[in-house]
Amino acid sequence: MTDKTTDTPAAKPVPVTVLTGYLGAGKTTLLNRILSESHGKKYAVIVNEFGEIGIDNDLIVESDEEIYEMNNGCVCCTVRGDLIRVVEGLMRRPGRFDGIIVETTGLADPVPVAQTFFMDDDVRAKTELDAVVALVDAKHLPLRLKDSREAEDQIAFADVVVINKIDLVSPEELAQIDEVVRAINPSARVYKTSRSGVDLTKVLDQGAFNLERALENDPQFLDHGHEDHVCGPDCGHDHGHDHHHDHDHDHDHHHHAPSPIHDVTVKSISLRGGEMNPERFFPWIQKITQTDGPNILRLKGIIAFKGDEQRYVVQGVHMIVEGDHQRAWKDGEKRESRLVFIGRDLDVEKIEKSFFACQATEKTPA
Amino acid sequence: MPTVAPLDLEGHVVATHFLGDIPFFATAAGTIHRLDGGEKVTEAHQGLLTCIRDPFSATLLTGGEDGKVLRIGHDGSIAELAEVPRKWISVVAGGPQGAIAYAHGRSSFVRLADGTTREYPEQRSVEGLAFAPKGLRIAAARYNGVTLHWVGTSGAPVDLDWKGAHTGVTFSPDGRFLVTTMQENALHGWKLDGKPGEARHMRMTGYPAKVKSLSWSPKGKWLASSGAPAAIVWPFSSKEGPMGKAPQELGTRSDIMVTQVSFHPAEEVLAIGFIDGMILGVRIADGKEALLRRPGKGAITGLSWSTTGKLLAFSSEAGDCGVIDISA
Repeated sequence: MTDKTTDTPAAKPVPVTVLTGYLGAGKTTLLNRILSESHGKKYAVIVNEFGEIGIDNDLIVESDEEIYEMNNGCVCCTVRGDLIRVVEGLMRRPGRFDGIIVETTGLADPVPVAQTFFMDDDVRAKTELDAVVALVDAKHLPLRLKDSREAEDQIAFADVVVINKIDLVSPEELAQIDEVVRAINPSARVYKTSRSGVDLTKVLDQGAFNLERALENDPQFLDHGHEDHVCGPDCGHDHGHDHHHDHDHDHDHHHHAPSPIHDVTVKSISLRGGEMNPERFFPWIQKITQTDGPNILRLKGIIAFKGDEQRYVVQGVHMIVEGDHQRAWKDGEKRESRLVFIGRDLDVEKIEKSFFACQATEKTPA
Repeated sequence: MPTVAPLDLEGHVVATHFLGDIPFFATAAGTIHRLDGGEKVTEAHQGLLTCIRDPFSATLLTGGEDGKVLRIGHDGSIAELAEVPRKWISVVAGGPQGAIAYAHGRSSFVRLADGTTREYPEQRSVEGLAFAPKGLRIAAARYNGVTLHWVGTSGAPVDLDWKGAHTGVTFSPDGRFLVTTMQENALHGWKLDGKPGEARHMRMTGYPAKVKSLSWSPKGKWLASSGAPAAIVWPFSSKEGPMGKAPQELGTRSDIMVTQVSFHPAEEVLAIGFIDGMILGVRIADGKEALLRRPGKGAITGLSWSTTGKLLAFSSEAGDCGVIDISA
């Protein structure tokens, strides 16, 4: 996508963290920690309103959210016009900071923010989306999910979900919140905390969109779903494991009573197959992101191609999909292809069937 | 052969402009350097975002991260015209009789010479501003079009609509055309003097990159633009503007993007700055090229001719600026 001729001999791209979450979820508290704690890094922060950030810092920029639809007839191709301008200004003096944090308003759709870093050539040449972090208020999430689609979108779209204010709920309530978050987004890393006290190293500098790093940091991220298993809104699996821990324990498949939180419309599809035929896979992923793009919030995967010594990683946001070779397959590593779609109104059967049809040696799913 | 007098500055240089025969260079950090019997420096902003030459006076107008709008004189003197705490001012424009315009968020502001300031609320964030060449009228570029306001009358604003994000705006020197740069790789134009029912839209597309620099030829016959590995020059001499005509492509290089264009003040000669720092001078009549500067450290961010047209100043994103004497 990038036009090499518009690149200047580039310094390392500056990482950008997108911070989403409803009003009262604890974004300002987290921002204040990032700006004031000594972690040896400086951040430029783009906010909608200064609000309660009590820190005087000339790298806090106020910006009016301006969502621009691109003139290509695709309704999901949206960018944040104001960010393009602010990032361009910031990047003229890149020595001042190590990273950029974009705070969105409570009701904001995180997608245009993220797409800005893929769709605008100038922004893309100088910055790199690091991770989308969603803060969730444990106490109010059930209500939020009932009255808005944005709360669900923010979780579905996130790489890291921080469940905040856990001191205000009972262990049972917390277990439910955890369950619903993982049902909406099985590929996110989930942390639980109060007073936005999450370890900042779990939030900043994650490389979640970096094809090289995304899977190295969290090699199990796609292992959550079981073989050919679809985690839908009705999923009642015991997902109460910590995602960043080793996965050497068994996943018990005990279905318990459906969760009372059922205002969830996002679902995920986890696919696992054998080695793929690139001549079938690439046209397929292009087609599915073109036709179903508006319904796909995120997709991530590791693909094994027949006769290819390298692992291939793909990821996407709506209709944007990109992929690259990541590293050689290790000895003894199982050469299989795994792909997760998170979205709405996805035709599970169609996606599964067409995915398996891309396998190099066609075999029917187990 | 032209001679180049280099001026090496620290960091990104946003723009360069001549006031008379004195070249000025504005850095992103906020200092303004001028070559007036040696290098002189004015501390203007805490972070400078835009610096233009007021087309109606021999001064510069600047906007900054510090929320200030300044007028800079030929001697480096500073007059503060506006201050909006905590807002970035990245758009300013100069008008007749000492009027200026600036914008932040979803409002344009016009400040008259006596200090009276008037606010014009817009539908969406203002991305570009320009005064019409005649009459006290401003154009504000925004998402889905441009809004025209007559300053000083209470007449209703005129909306020129075209789908998409408009990031900059310019009037032709005779005021008959209005052209915007867009977030997409395209320009859009409106014929302002069209009769009712006449087609007034002009679509100028086909660029491989965003257009960030525009320059009208001295009499407005041509509009040169960046955004391609050549300067794209649209013919505006006929009543219909460039419609149905192909643009000229000048100074074509295989895959090196043009970042800045600037017409000579008297001749139909275009200075073209490239992303690698190279500068060419090209004559429109026959496309004849002259190398004015070899590639440097960074993309050309500004090109400006002296009033006499003998000197060409250039600024770069890497700080390696200078002045080219083409009469030598």
